[in-house]
Amino acid sequence: MSIKGKAYLAGVFEHPTRKADTQSLAQLHAESALGALADAGLTKDDVDGYFCAGDAPGLGGLSMADYMGLKLRHIDTTETGGSSYVIHVGHAAEAIAAGKCDVALITLAGRPRAEGMATGTAPRNYGAAAPDVAFEYPYGPTVVNQYAMAAMRHMHEFGTTSAQLAWIKVAASQHAQHNPRALLREVVTVEDVVNSPIIADPLHRLDCCVITDGGGAIVVTRPEVAKRLNRPLVKVLGAGEAVKHQRGGKIDLTHTGAVWSGPAAFAEAGVTPADVKYVSIYDSFTITVLITLEDLGFCAKGQGGKLVADGNLIAGVGRLPFNTDGGGLCNNHPANRGGLTKVVEAVRQLRGEAHPKVQVKSCDVALAHGTGGSLATRHGSATLIMGRE
Amino acid sequence: MSPQERPIPSPPVNPETKPFWDAAAAGKLLVKKCSACGERHHYPRAICPFCGSERTEWTDASGRGTVYSYSVFRRAPIPYAIAYVTLDEGPTMMTNLVDCDLDAIRIGQAVRVVFKPTEDGPPVPMFTRA
Repeated sequence: MSIKGKAYLAGVFEHPTRKADTQSLAQLHAESALGALADAGLTKDDVDGYFCAGDAPGLGGLSMADYMGLKLRHIDTTETGGSSYVIHVGHAAEAIAAGKCDVALITLAGRPRAEGMATGTAPRNYGAAAPDVAFEYPYGPTVVNQYAMAAMRHMHEFGTTSAQLAWIKVAASQHAQHNPRALLREVVTVEDVVNSPIIADPLHRLDCCVITDGGGAIVVTRPEVAKRLNRPLVKVLGAGEAVKHQRGGKIDLTHTGAVWSGPAAFAEAGVTPADVKYVSIYDSFTITVLITLEDLGFCAKGQGGKLVADGNLIAGVGRLPFNTDGGGLCNNHPANRGGLTKVVEAVRQLRGEAHPKVQVKSCDVALAHGTGGSLATRHGSATLIMGRE
Repeated sequence: MSPQERPIPSPPVNPETKPFWDAAAAGKLLVKKCSACGERHHYPRAICPFCGSERTEWTDASGRGTVYSYSVFRRAPIPYAIAYVTLDEGPTMMTNLVDCDLDAIRIGQAVRVVFKPTEDGPPVPMFTRA
């Protein structure tokens, strides 16, 4: 069974806050949910399927269904870090296609800024029972130095340069200048990026995404529901998901799970990378974007540096416009999980509702990709291809 | 403590991995090998991640390897080098590169194991220039 055309992205919402000093975590989830439902023209009483991940408070989906007063006949709390919400769209489409729900709500929220979290630079410890913890935590693995090792290896194998990586941030900043809600709206240059302080070799401060509070939500419906709403029609064409891990010590830092999730999504959608007019690519760090674009087939492995350089990712300038909201690098990375906002901006593009300065002309096919966890060693990859009807 | 050292958190030890840490305390690096498929793996598991067999055995490693990748965490209060080292026996493991010039580390360098004390647990294997 394919999910192609079986489900529509009827509502999307990106919470406007970037620092939530006055809201609770549950409140941010619920405000995001109401925003997406209003965008679709639906109410919470229409929701019969709910999707959330590890950022949801308390007992997760149970606590949020309780808080929001949802009456559910389908629930899915798949947790793959920041890629969860891209996977949730695919799972929602599966559930809808199987008749398990009609209106699926996906929420994300978090307040790492208000809570003063050292998101990328404090060693993460997922508890003594995590099977890897004894063999990793003593060595001080942080989000940034783990992604940095992938960048270092990519540079070693393929000659990728810091200047090439910097072009990814430059493109994001070119887009963010038009987004009044972006945390960082200042346009930066390649020189600005490579002259910013090194955090973990070879990644500079401006190679890293922002830390923001907030959240977002997505409403996925069956076609009959979407077609009676007064919104542009955006449908799911294909989805793929994968988990990449250490393979028992056969570690390879230059490929991600996108080498599996990408082809699966393209095959289901019946399109190729050449058909895609706009891409939202998870951008926890610049290197995340570069490796993902290679793995999705937008260029050959090792050629990502050339692909992203010289403004090629800038809307209206390059051949592959990406993250036109400014992405995680400049706009927003709510709850340290950027997958949901990737889908939101792709839907804006397909509806023609992106900022006019960054709107891609004739945007009929778009791709959103999420990467959650430790790049190449323990992460979820999720590829979603959407089309305008 | 030299300027490039930082307090090392203790590894949590459980029954599945206790032999690894007992050996570490004796200055020996162990690698798990599967008797069914012959593959070695790391981190050590009771069940082979390649073939699923429960016939895994502890084997001595030479303690020699090469740097697969690394990153010097400059922003840390005491900068340190995290790395993946590929052991001569095959598996690649996360570690730190220590007792060396952090600016002279390169991918492909030959390294050898050294054991470093942790806060209140067994020592952990780290690597230095061979």
